[in-house]
Amino acid sequence: MKTMRALVILTVFLAAPLWAVQPDEILPDAQQEARARVISKGLRCLVCRNENIDDSNAGLARDLRLLVRERIVAGDDDAEVLDFVVARYGEFVLLRPKTTGSNIALWAAGPVMLLLGIGMGIAFVRRRKGNIPASLSDKEKARLAQLLQD
Amino acid sequence: MTAELGHFALIFAFMVAIVQMVVPQVGAYKGWNGWMQMAVPASIVQFLMTLLAFGALTYAFVVSDFSLNVVVANSHSAKPMLYKISGTWGNHEGSMLLWVLILTLFGAMVGVFGRGLPPSLKARVLSVQSTIAVAFFAFLLFTSNPFARLAFPPMDGQGLNPLLQDPGLAFHPPFLYLGYVGLSMSFSFAVAALIEGKVDAAWARWVRPWTLAAWIFLTIGIALGSWWAYYELGWGGWWFWDPVENASFMPWLIAAALLHSAIVVEKRESLKSWTILLAILAFSFSLIGTFIVRSGVITSVHAFANDPTRGVFILAIWGVTIGGSLTLFAARGGVMTSKGIFSVISRESGLVLNNVLLVVAALVVFVGTVWPLIAELAFGRKLSVGAPFFDTAFTPFMILIAIALPVGAMLPWKRAYIGKTVRPLYGALALSVALGLLIWVLQTGGRMMAPIGLALAAWLVMGALIDLATRVRVGKIPLGDSLRRLGNLPRADIGKATAHAGLGLTIFGIAAITAWETEDIRVAHIGDTFALQGAVTSYDIRFNNVENLQGPNYRTTKGDFTVLVDGKEVAHLRPEKRFYPVAGMPTTEAAIDIGVTRDVYVVIGDAQQNGGWAVRSYVKPFANWIWFGAIVMALGGLLSLTDRRYRVAAGAKRKAAPMAQATPAE
Repeated sequence: MKTMRALVILTVFLAAPLWAVQPDEILPDAQQEARARVISKGLRCLVCRNENIDDSNAGLARDLRLLVRERIVAGDDDAEVLDFVVARYGEFVLLRPKTTGSNIALWAAGPVMLLLGIGMGIAFVRRRKGNIPASLSDKEKARLAQLLQD
Repeated sequence: MTAELGHFALIFAFMVAIVQMVVPQVGAYKGWNGWMQMAVPASIVQFLMTLLAFGALTYAFVVSDFSLNVVVANSHSAKPMLYKISGTWGNHEGSMLLWVLILTLFGAMVGVFGRGLPPSLKARVLSVQSTIAVAFFAFLLFTSNPFARLAFPPMDGQGLNPLLQDPGLAFHPPFLYLGYVGLSMSFSFAVAALIEGKVDAAWARWVRPWTLAAWIFLTIGIALGSWWAYYELGWGGWWFWDPVENASFMPWLIAAALLHSAIVVEKRESLKSWTILLAILAFSFSLIGTFIVRSGVITSVHAFANDPTRGVFILAIWGVTIGGSLTLFAARGGVMTSKGIFSVISRESGLVLNNVLLVVAALVVFVGTVWPLIAELAFGRKLSVGAPFFDTAFTPFMILIAIALPVGAMLPWKRAYIGKTVRPLYGALALSVALGLLIWVLQTGGRMMAPIGLALAAWLVMGALIDLATRVRVGKIPLGDSLRRLGNLPRADIGKATAHAGLGLTIFGIAAITAWETEDIRVAHIGDTFALQGAVTSYDIRFNNVENLQGPNYRTTKGDFTVLVDGKEVAHLRPEKRFYPVAGMPTTEAAIDIGVTRDVYVVIGDAQQNGGWAVRSYVKPFANWIWFGAIVMALGGLLSLTDRRYRVAAGAKRKAAPMAQATPAE
């Protein structure tokens, strides 16, 4: 029961109305703002359940959104902004996991499994490919004639 | 009193389930008819007892019996009746009870309608089905008893999460459960077939309708959940790749693969052991889905530690079901000999490709969902896998499926000539590519999603139409004859084309909303009019008023907006911001002007310190096509389900749906 209650409280706390970007946060430069939005969509709201900071209304998400905008205004490019945030909050904050180290297995899983699957599919299909006789054999023709007569 | 009655009924059902697990199995092994026959009355009693228990729990919620722990934790006397009833399954204990209720219902249906089944197969199916029931009854009774009483009942309950107090979400879990549990039937048939050592066309004719029905329910359930997120969460997101969503999406993908491979077993007596394996996989993913949602394992490793008994129980059910059935498969899977021979280019090969793509896509979702857990346990890395990963890793599979589908659907069985099959599709191919190019030129450097998605959608829809047109020889014989032929086509063929076209519509909706959505965020004052630029049309939004009102169990701030195009009013929107005092929690109620080509979506936010209100508005092009496509897919499944060759099972199914939904009202 304790778990359930904790879960409910968690959901209640985290799933509250999603208030996302507030009017006062928006940068005057439309291009910089657009970049901030894209970056925000890839950053996790750390106290939320699988929500990015762009959609979240948590106070921490707002702080992060402001931080991202601050870095952009300071002249960082997108990668530098991400590095800056990861340096402070760890890679947990990235919704798109890095492609380094053990994560290679994650990113390679799809293509590798697809190749394996297609390989197995081809092997199976080739095994099933028997000699399909184009026409009936003499024996079958005789049997057919007999059946038709009956 | 009724609570104790429900509790005893549940215990009685558990006892019956144990007997039904053992006796028919032994009977089938020894060839004792009476022992096999007892499965039928047992399955009916099991269902009735569970129904009684569920009825007792529903009654406790309806009359707000606060001496029950679950009712206190999940209900409140001031809640509207609909949500008192839906509160029955809006919690762990109640939802598990609904789960077994559906499980026993399906078992009873096989018992009652399965007269055509070979007696030993039927006995074994019911025994396996009952084995699953035993596990769940034990889980309920020993770790999650919904009828636990409180020594000192409080005056009122703690209420239900306001986000869940919504008609869309009231019926979302029952549909998902009908889907999850429907797959238990395919699983029981698969395991029974492994024990029997026989799989033939008749077996497939029994498995396919169950899988199809489960898939239809999952489709509806997922669509309902996604639609709910769209209008309730306040910014129109409709899919988040959340573990809970993935948990329902994986069984959906595997079920889609299974219902295609079952066709091969039925028509060509091939792919038998693969189909068995898929049936096992599909239900395994259902179980994982049920428990991910209920235990929160994937969201956090620590959820297990909080409640070790439940955690161990869940692990045991997983281990026995998945491990046991896979071991059985390893031992007996080789017995299934496939007869059908086919050439490399044939409908069979097309369906193999379909299966490879769907299953690998499901596994990609699975790997992404569990990766944070693996990374933490094995590599000590705390990381997240979110929507950007899934968008990148999953989308290519959908693109491949969409490209291959119209061709595969038209290939003849056994041996095909690719040139001959593709010829009627040339026109559709050219048109789709041309449409994609046109969009690409028009939108000058926007996202590639739109041209690709639109071309694929057009290709799928036209492909489905051409499939039907070719079947009825449009243009080759007089139109009247073609129409007559269309009327005589098997329902399954029409269902197939419908479902495939539905996939195209959904892809269209997804591509359009992803590529062309526009948004406006601002502080607006009462009396302001501001412009909202859509992809094509420009709207003016006038902010008329704000009122504070009182709802049945919430307070609300209601905005009043007029949407204008060229000075003419097209819609009147009243978005709300509600506050539920019992839960101490606010929710947003977006106001949406729903249209075929676009939704205008307005949300009102907080009052600003120096006057005015935060207002967000969106134009969401073709949003509804996402769910409309899902409905069309489900409709295609339904058409196929009513095909003549499934008549017995189909009739059973149609009765099932209203029954299962009517139960909570008792």
